[in-house]
Amino acid sequence: MKPFSILSLPLALLAAPQAGAQVGEPFIHDPSTLAFCEGKYYTFGTGGGGLISADGWTWHRGAERPGGGAAPDVIRIGDRYLVAYSATGGGLGGTHRGQVLTMWNKTLDPQSPDFKFTEPIVVAESANDEDCDAIDAGLLLAPDGRLWLTYGTYFGFIRLVELDPQTGARKAGNEPINIAIDCEATVLIYRDGWYYLLGTHGTCCDGTNSTYNIVVGRSRNVLGPYIDNVGRSMLEGGGKMVVAARHRKTGAGHFGRTVEAEGVEKMSFHWEADFDLGGRSVLAILPLRWRNGWPEAGEPLREGTYEIESERRGYSLELAVDFVRIQAARQMFGQRDTVPPAPIASQRLSDVVATWPAGRIPVRIGDYMFRPHQRWTLTAVPEAGGTLAGPYFKITIEGTHRALAATEEAEVESVPEFTGAPEQLWRIDQLTDGTYRIMPKRVPGHDEPLVLISAGDCTPSLGAFDMQSDNCKWNFRDY
Amino acid sequence: MKAFLLSCLLGLPFLLEAQTPVQRPPRRQPLPEMVGAPVLKLSDYLVPVTTETATPDADGFIRRWLLLDPIDKPNRSNTVFTDSYLREHFGQTYFKGQMTDLPKAGSRVSVGKQKLQWHAYDSQLFNVKLFRFASLREKQVYGVLFWAVTVIDCPDDLTDVRLSVGSNSASMWWIDGNETLLLSGDRRMVKDDVMSRRITLTKGRHVLRGAIINGPGMSDFCVRFLQEDGTPVRHLSIRLSE
Repeated sequence: MKPFSILSLPLALLAAPQAGAQVGEPFIHDPSTLAFCEGKYYTFGTGGGGLISADGWTWHRGAERPGGGAAPDVIRIGDRYLVAYSATGGGLGGTHRGQVLTMWNKTLDPQSPDFKFTEPIVVAESANDEDCDAIDAGLLLAPDGRLWLTYGTYFGFIRLVELDPQTGARKAGNEPINIAIDCEATVLIYRDGWYYLLGTHGTCCDGTNSTYNIVVGRSRNVLGPYIDNVGRSMLEGGGKMVVAARHRKTGAGHFGRTVEAEGVEKMSFHWEADFDLGGRSVLAILPLRWRNGWPEAGEPLREGTYEIESERRGYSLELAVDFVRIQAARQMFGQRDTVPPAPIASQRLSDVVATWPAGRIPVRIGDYMFRPHQRWTLTAVPEAGGTLAGPYFKITIEGTHRALAATEEAEVESVPEFTGAPEQLWRIDQLTDGTYRIMPKRVPGHDEPLVLISAGDCTPSLGAFDMQSDNCKWNFRDY
Repeated sequence: MKAFLLSCLLGLPFLLEAQTPVQRPPRRQPLPEMVGAPVLKLSDYLVPVTTETATPDADGFIRRWLLLDPIDKPNRSNTVFTDSYLREHFGQTYFKGQMTDLPKAGSRVSVGKQKLQWHAYDSQLFNVKLFRFASLREKQVYGVLFWAVTVIDCPDDLTDVRLSVGSNSASMWWIDGNETLLLSGDRRMVKDDVMSRRITLTKGRHVLRGAIINGPGMSDFCVRFLQEDGTPVRHLSIRLSE
């Protein structure tokens, strides 16, 4: 990792934790799909170079890609990385003479002695006056082992060609197929028997006013036709929205899918302008959800106070303390009021905290009654680093320092003070079904990754993650 | 709601002591006896033990238990069953040898003025219907404390298993005299409701005790051991004697 330069430091300080944007120096345009190489994440952008991250959360410059040009993509095939990029990038008013090239490298780490790109080879091109712009490469290695490349812009068609996964060259005799119009920055992904074509609509490269947005169509056949959710072909301009502007960020473009585990997926792209970072174009990583067979951008957990609800039964995580009854007058079901009913105050922390033990308190799961022992405040701990899911959080009872902690016995408890210890730091991923996975940064005495589970309806614990089990899933409710 | 209606039917004040009194609903006239009402038999729920040993059922539920006649423990509502209340009241000694002796079927203990008997039963259901254990033997059904004991023989060391209990209402469970599980609050009996931490059951004999407390309403419990992956532990031998 490069040390901070004096010039980059103020920008890094500006890049504070927030939902939907990475920190450090996440400045990039047209990012490639994330690649993981020897313990680090990489993404490459337009104009050469790219970003590196040790944890997926904090990014810095330092990735190297020769050739310049526009909008590369990268994919791991076997023990090598194939990079595709465009030598040109004329845009709407420029030339449409373009070429897509591919090249290999054994590693993406520029410090490695093995870091050496092969000579790039042309795999697709467009003439100056043709209904295609041969830029914006996207690669898919399909489950059947076939390698596909999509490319093109608004100027004409999005085209599909097949490459040889051994050489990265165009398959002999392969002819381009038109699969979409009216979009750019395309990429194919595959899931559950469907090929999905993701492309970017809207206005590129207009900063805070960019309307760039990512859409999708799908097909059972890699060759198409790619149809959207209302039956419209992407050759007719169709496409279902995946992500558009949100949370003071505009211009979502250049989709990439990262599968971390079954049910744990991320989408990488750029925001053309992050309003909180001076309108710079930045790398974004969001949870990727799947709803009714369609991909959509998820919502990373934001700081706040929540009920933490078990997907297993719908009960909520709470301190194992005495339930303190609210002493309000009980109303008869059929009584006739002579005055309007007056509101009842919610129970406050000060009403009950003296009844709680001072030291460690076990946690359990129980009926949610919006009581102080059930209200958890999630606060980012940026100094603890992060992951692709975002920063680590501390999880404390609202209004206190009492923190949720993993134990050596692979159980959970609450401790009276948050100390910043790794067993008190929590990674929170939104899963593909919209629920959340809650995972301690480290469990003392355990090397295997463990997550917060519902061992029983009313018993939390730590265990191996299983996407097929509701025991491993949680919801954050603001009830 | 069930407890509320029960309280009304029993003519008990349905309000708790700390609440502001409000007007009672008018007392309803009792309904006439239902024609063709089912005749309940204890054998539909519990049958006397006739074999030396038993095993957990196909789902791992332990059905063989020594049950003590209900101890009179007046509670007009189950909302008092906080952790503190339960630790205080489950921690009391009600009869001699409560946490040390393995009772024999037919033996008697004294609890205050009550003379109570131990009974060895196999449950016909996955759960043990304590309410029917009491009602069909014309014993007290509400405001009661039940004790249940069984003996488990483990053929091997069982590591990282959990004791899984559902009970109506609150209960506490001990293995070999060590507190293993507390189910607090006004509870309904739910399969796999509350789990112990991971425990090791060493090869050999272990005594499992439970105390189940209830005010008004149904009383029952279900108990089994689960492995880490959630599969039930079935290769146990259950007996009611040393």
